[in-house]
Amino acid sequence: MDDARPERRAAAFELLDALERRLPFPGAARVGMTGAPGAGKSTLLDGLVRFLRARGETVGVIAVDPSSRRSGGALLGDRIRMGSRGADTGVFFRSMAARERLGGLADATRASAVVLAAAFDRVFVETVGVGQSESDVSSVADTLLYVAQPGAGDMLQFMKAGILELPDVFAVNKADLGAVAERTAAELGAGLGLSAPQDSGWTPPVLQVSARDAQGIDSLVEALDAHRRHLEEAGDLASRRRRAAEAWALESLEIRYGSFGLAAIGGREAVAARLRDDALESAFAVVRRIGAEIEEALRKS
Amino acid sequence: MSDTPHRDRPWVFRTYSGHSSAEASNTLYRTNLAKGQTGLSVAFDLPTQTGYDSDHPLARGEVGKVGVPIGHVEDMETLFRDIPVEQMNTSMTINATAAWLLSLLVAVAERQGSDPKLLQGTTQNDIVKEYLSRGTYVFPPEPSLRLISDMVAYTVDEIPKWNPINVCSYHLQEAGATPAQEIAYSMATAVAVLDAVAARDDVPAEAIPRVVARISFFLNAGIRFVEEICKARAMTEIWDELTRERYGVDDPKARRFRYGVQVNSLGLTEAQPENNVIRIVLETLGVTMSKKARCRALQLPAWNEALGLPRPWDQQWSLRIQQVLAYETDLLEHEDLFDGSRVVEARTRALMEESLAELEKVLEMGGAVAAIENAYMKRQLVESQSQRLRAIESGDITVVGVNRFTETEPSPLVEGDQSILKVDESAEREQIERLEAFRSRRSQADVEAALQNLRDVLKQGGNVMPPSIRAAHAGVTTGEWADVLREIVGEYRAPTGVADRPVAQRESGAETRQRVDELSRDLGRRIKILVGKPGLDGHSNGAEQIAVKARDVGMEVVYEGIRLTPQEIAQSARDEGVHVIGLSILSGSHGVLVLDVLKELATRGLDHLPVVVGGIIPEEDAETLRAAGVRRVYTPKDFDMARIMGEIVDVVAESAAAA
Ligand code: B12
Ligand SMILES: Nc1nc2c(ncn2[C@@H]2O[C@H](COP(=O)(O)OP(=O)(O)O)[C@@H](O)[C@H]2O)c(=O)[nH]1
Ligand SMILES: [Mg+2]
Repeated sequence: MDDARPERRAAAFELLDALERRLPFPGAARVGMTGAPGAGKSTLLDGLVRFLRARGETVGVIAVDPSSRRSGGALLGDRIRMGSRGADTGVFFRSMAARERLGGLADATRASAVVLAAAFDRVFVETVGVGQSESDVSSVADTLLYVAQPGAGDMLQFMKAGILELPDVFAVNKADLGAVAERTAAELGAGLGLSAPQDSGWTPPVLQVSARDAQGIDSLVEALDAHRRHLEEAGDLASRRRRAAEAWALESLEIRYGSFGLAAIGGREAVAARLRDDALESAFAVVRRIGAEIEEALRKS
Repeated sequence: MSDTPHRDRPWVFRTYSGHSSAEASNTLYRTNLAKGQTGLSVAFDLPTQTGYDSDHPLARGEVGKVGVPIGHVEDMETLFRDIPVEQMNTSMTINATAAWLLSLLVAVAERQGSDPKLLQGTTQNDIVKEYLSRGTYVFPPEPSLRLISDMVAYTVDEIPKWNPINVCSYHLQEAGATPAQEIAYSMATAVAVLDAVAARDDVPAEAIPRVVARISFFLNAGIRFVEEICKARAMTEIWDELTRERYGVDDPKARRFRYGVQVNSLGLTEAQPENNVIRIVLETLGVTMSKKARCRALQLPAWNEALGLPRPWDQQWSLRIQQVLAYETDLLEHEDLFDGSRVVEARTRALMEESLAELEKVLEMGGAVAAIENAYMKRQLVESQSQRLRAIESGDITVVGVNRFTETEPSPLVEGDQSILKVDESAEREQIERLEAFRSRRSQADVEAALQNLRDVLKQGGNVMPPSIRAAHAGVTTGEWADVLREIVGEYRAPTGVADRPVAQRESGAETRQRVDELSRDLGRRIKILVGKPGLDGHSNGAEQIAVKARDVGMEVVYEGIRLTPQEIAQSARDEGVHVIGLSILSGSHGVLVLDVLKELATRGLDHLPVVVGGIIPEEDAETLRAAGVRRVYTPKDFDMARIMGEIVDVVAESAAAA
């Protein structure tokens, strides 16, 4: 499903389309994880997996790693942290390189997330960096977890990156470092107080955890579960997934065909409107359908 | 001659050895002592070093292979039969389980009717270099450091002639370290240990000079022997300064830099292996010539280092090198040869400066433990090793017989396959049988009580030694002891040091990179390779460098570090959807482990996945592996990594075409 050859991609989309239509609702909990490199996302994932496995939940994980520009090669380093997995078949872990973005990352992560959602109780997607990749993650996640690295100057970075708006749960990792982690948590809490509350009525909690010492993992899982319950109770889960699917479909089409391609069938706005009106049973199907139209239009012109 | 010149006493001659069983190793030790060896250096097998009983699944293929298996007090007794432990200077290469092996030795001394207070020797016990290079760590850094400081606190009064820790720069050089890195990281380790000991309530300040006096070092000596002389002199001075200034040790004798040595093995070659003898001699000069910085004990590798384990004759040859140097030459008749040498002085100063700056950097980061956890030191070592290998590939460094002067007559030393030690395949089974018999003999109630006592003491923050000695007497096994510790302090996987490394600037393989790009396009995604290290083998250099090189030529690489089970490797291959698997095994257990991986792949319907293997693999074994389906086998003589990468691309292309 991360095969870029056109014929394979088409075949994969067909399968994914069928799969996504059959997924029970609400199905697996989908959690996205972002945060600066080195914040401890992978280590924390290891702790989360251990905890969830002990509770009997099955877990699928996708970790997206930066690849080296020059050679295209990548050392996928996230797997090393996953000491919890052993030969346990209740855990699936796949690392992917971010690669050249040409349809690569967004397509592959969403595709993998859908497949994993069909097979596991909970799906995690870990991505790199701050800023650009959040949209990729939010296109697959019901709950977005931000892992913060304790340290001065972070607040500024949060503000600048506009990071505070997206996440549903904040975890300040490395609480074992003591005061500095507490300060970051306090600053983050204060910063969140300033920004407008999410319209849904959910207030993103700020937790302190230590992935190294396996401290606070239980409260973190509790917070993730609480957010998911909140979405379900408020009836927001379906609309959230829908918005995410629309955004993903638009981005996928844009990356593949460019603004030139979108212009051929009326422009970006028009496509966005069509997506809004579409029943959108499966985002993969829509991308295939509209993609075919674009190709047709391009051929005619 | 009437006036015989004064001769200094030579250093202690050792031979690092042990294999198959306590019985076989005991015989070997007694023969070696009869040949004029003056101290013992015990090599343990990997299950003993990593805290597993011989019948644990992870021990499969490893029992009695690279050292002696010691599972309980009776094994230890057999090991020292007819060797009075209190008269012997015994060096034990043991780390994560050091407290346990020392406890077994104490128990044996007590059973032999001698006073444990008289025991002399060393437990290697440097956990930092295990994370960085040697790989037999078990527990996380902080509790591991705690175990070390427990042993220091215990031995300082109870076994006052014991060196509870041998701070090792040896293994850092084997992992690629430059002389300055060797100095800086080993000093950082010593600081971590001494700081931990100084912070203890049960070690009074007045004991610190005695503690410092018992800290010894274990150094390497490479082929650049002039620089090595300077390195040893630099460390002597740095230690003197550090212990005076940081720990307030006034007595110069307590500040003396005492060290043992094993000379460099990394540079010993598979090609024209006879040249290794010359290398070993020159390296020995580096740590014996300068009286001021002469080693206290020395063990030498053998000419066939890169081929496999040495036989008694090979080890004897190396022992004779020491004896000729010490007894035939006039080396020991002179005062320091280099005092007053401007050249040596200048190089020593430069090394001191460079290494103190690096030490400062590590200390600012929070010290050795922090620089393990954040992977800083490991990354530096992997980088140094890459540079070294690139220089050999490009010819910037000459290695005679490898990248220059390669034409050779056939060597009479390697005729036939009898040039290395073969450990009897029955050793593992017999050891397991002895273990089972021992278990059924002992009092289960005593064992349970001793284990519970160990648990209680650890939970209350007490010293690990007394309950471990009690457990040794009660008949607890190595695996049971280590399991209690795992249960209480947890396990650890160290950073690999390969992730996020920048791509090499100057590198071979542009052509390979292009082929990787083309094949990746045909495959629909980048070639993805899993580099795996099955079993307990900790030799990571080869796997790390293959991983880095594969990334540099454009592959996606999954490398999870050392000590994975065949199941875990097969599982990763499946989850990650890799195109090819590369296994690296240097411990000699490839026979069992490679076949196990192939079996696990087949169980998951992945028999089509091509597998290549590298490591210390004798040609006849390579044939067996190829017959079992392994596509390519590499050994140390294959130093051209660009060529290896090209062949891996071939292998992936072949199997894509077959699919
Ligand atoms: C360096 C070294 C160490 C270092 C390891 C540092 C590290 N982090 O890797 C240290 C000092 C820690 C060490 C320790 C031990 N060592 Co050691 N060590 C060596 C030594 C000298 C060199 C190995 C090396 O790193 N070479 C450099 C790398 C780059 O080369 P390489 O691994 O051979 O890889 C090349 C090829 O083989 C191939 N390749 C290798 N792997 C792969 C994988 C793939 C996919 C591919 C395509 C190719 C490939 O490509 C590489 C490029 O050229 C060898 C002897 C020798 N000269 O070869 C002994 C040797 C391997 N060690 C040995 C032993 C016994 C030990 C110990 C077990 C001793 C003990 N009883 O405690 C310990 C414990 C280690 C452990 N935990 O398992 C034995 C093994 C005996 C056997 N096979 O029967 C050897 C052969 C020495 C000997 N003759 O006794 N060792
Ligand atoms: N002190 C401390 N270090 C941690 C903790 N979690 C992770 N780390 C360290 O932070 C570094 C980066 O961790 P990693 O999980 O790879 O981060 P990622 O890049 O966000 O996935 C590693 O050196 C970890 O050992 C923690 O809770 N406390
Ligand atoms: Mg990560």
